[in-house]
Amino acid sequence: MADTFHFELVSPVKLLFSAEAAMVVVPGVEGDFAVMPGHAPVISTVRPGMLDISLPGGEKQRVFVRGGFADVAPDALTVLAEFALPESELDKTVLAQQIKNAQEDVDDAASDEARNRAQEHLDHLIKIESAL
Amino acid sequence: MPSLKDLRTRIASVKSTQKITKAMQMVAAAKLRRAQESAEEARPYAERIETVIARLRAALQGRAGAPRLITGSGKDNVHLLLVATAERGLCGGFNSGIAKLARDEALRLQADGKQVKILCVGIKGHDALKTMFSDQMVDLVRLSGDQAENYRIARELGTRLVEMFEAEEFDICTMFYSRFKSVISQTPVAQPLIPSTLTEADEDSAGAKSKGAQACYDYEPDESEILDDLLPRNIRVQIYRAILENGASEQGARMTAMDNATRNAGEMIDKLTLQYNRARQAMITKELIEIISGADAL
Repeated sequence: MADTFHFELVSPVKLLFSAEAAMVVVPGVEGDFAVMPGHAPVISTVRPGMLDISLPGGEKQRVFVRGGFADVAPDALTVLAEFALPESELDKTVLAQQIKNAQEDVDDAASDEARNRAQEHLDHLIKIESAL
Repeated sequence: MPSLKDLRTRIASVKSTQKITKAMQMVAAAKLRRAQESAEEARPYAERIETVIARLRAALQGRAGAPRLITGSGKDNVHLLLVATAERGLCGGFNSGIAKLARDEALRLQADGKQVKILCVGIKGHDALKTMFSDQMVDLVRLSGDQAENYRIARELGTRLVEMFEAEEFDICTMFYSRFKSVISQTPVAQPLIPSTLTEADEDSAGAKSKGAQACYDYEPDESEILDDLLPRNIRVQIYRAILENGASEQGARMTAMDNATRNAGEMIDKLTLQYNRARQAMITKELIEIISGADAL
């Protein structure tokens, strides 16, 4: 079996990443999961967090994503993120804006279920901010 | 025969028009680059999400309880036409091309006995359609020059469409916008939005990619939640993409139109200048003849 798979990360404003990768850790809504070649096909929503990308050469990259979902196929992974930014460009002001958006989502939520989900997202963001 | 003074004023006025069209062309060229970039950068996302939806549809085909956003309401009585155009004119056939496509479609549907509703995005399409379809007009959504603002507008519009669909205000929604091909070529297209059916070209690429994997998908957290999130998101993304494509097309069309106008003005100035010089020479000759014949008479 091939030891890499095709990984694509796209946000509505741009195609951020399209290359071979050895392993990608995706922050799924029910827990982080690592995608490697030959993974069973899954569609999962994504919670705010870091994508850990291991390139075939052993190099690593981290990208912050918020909202969206991951589409896993045996030979490919596509992450469609509502918002994505490489870790190197991530700073407090960007995060503060994201937290504000998440807070608005909580306030706007129509049902209890949606509010819980939005609140979870907000908590994750705050955790990331404190880790920064 | 216009007098010399008339010609001079005309030349001056054509020159100032030319300056304006030239400036507009350059502004459009500068804006085009940005608009084109964002339209092209938005394409991968829209295409990927379409592929995923296509796979899901293949997996859900014929299953009971599949979401109505994918399968449709089962009727096709009420059609909603979402007509996306620009906020400004003076861009060649851009707005009228989209409006014409929408008008033809609306007339065809009406001839088939369907009920038609029209929702306009951008005031120019509204202007073009409001006299003919004043009763069918649902609303007009204005766009702004700011991109982040337009994203918000697209999101709100998407949410609103889903709500309208849930309330059974329409059965089928088609979106009209102009696809940006190149600076000189933009084609008005009609894209089915709800239910999300595929165009043939998409079908091919999606079909090729999805073979083998479509039958056994795992969903996390679960299928209905994913679909509830995914389908409205798809609609928002498609609307946003249409707005971006439109933005690039508008600037491209305006650039071409203003380029033509500048060139026409140049030709006109040449023609008028020639006419002016002829008239001036004729006058000089006439005066000379008068002087000479006067001197001869003495």
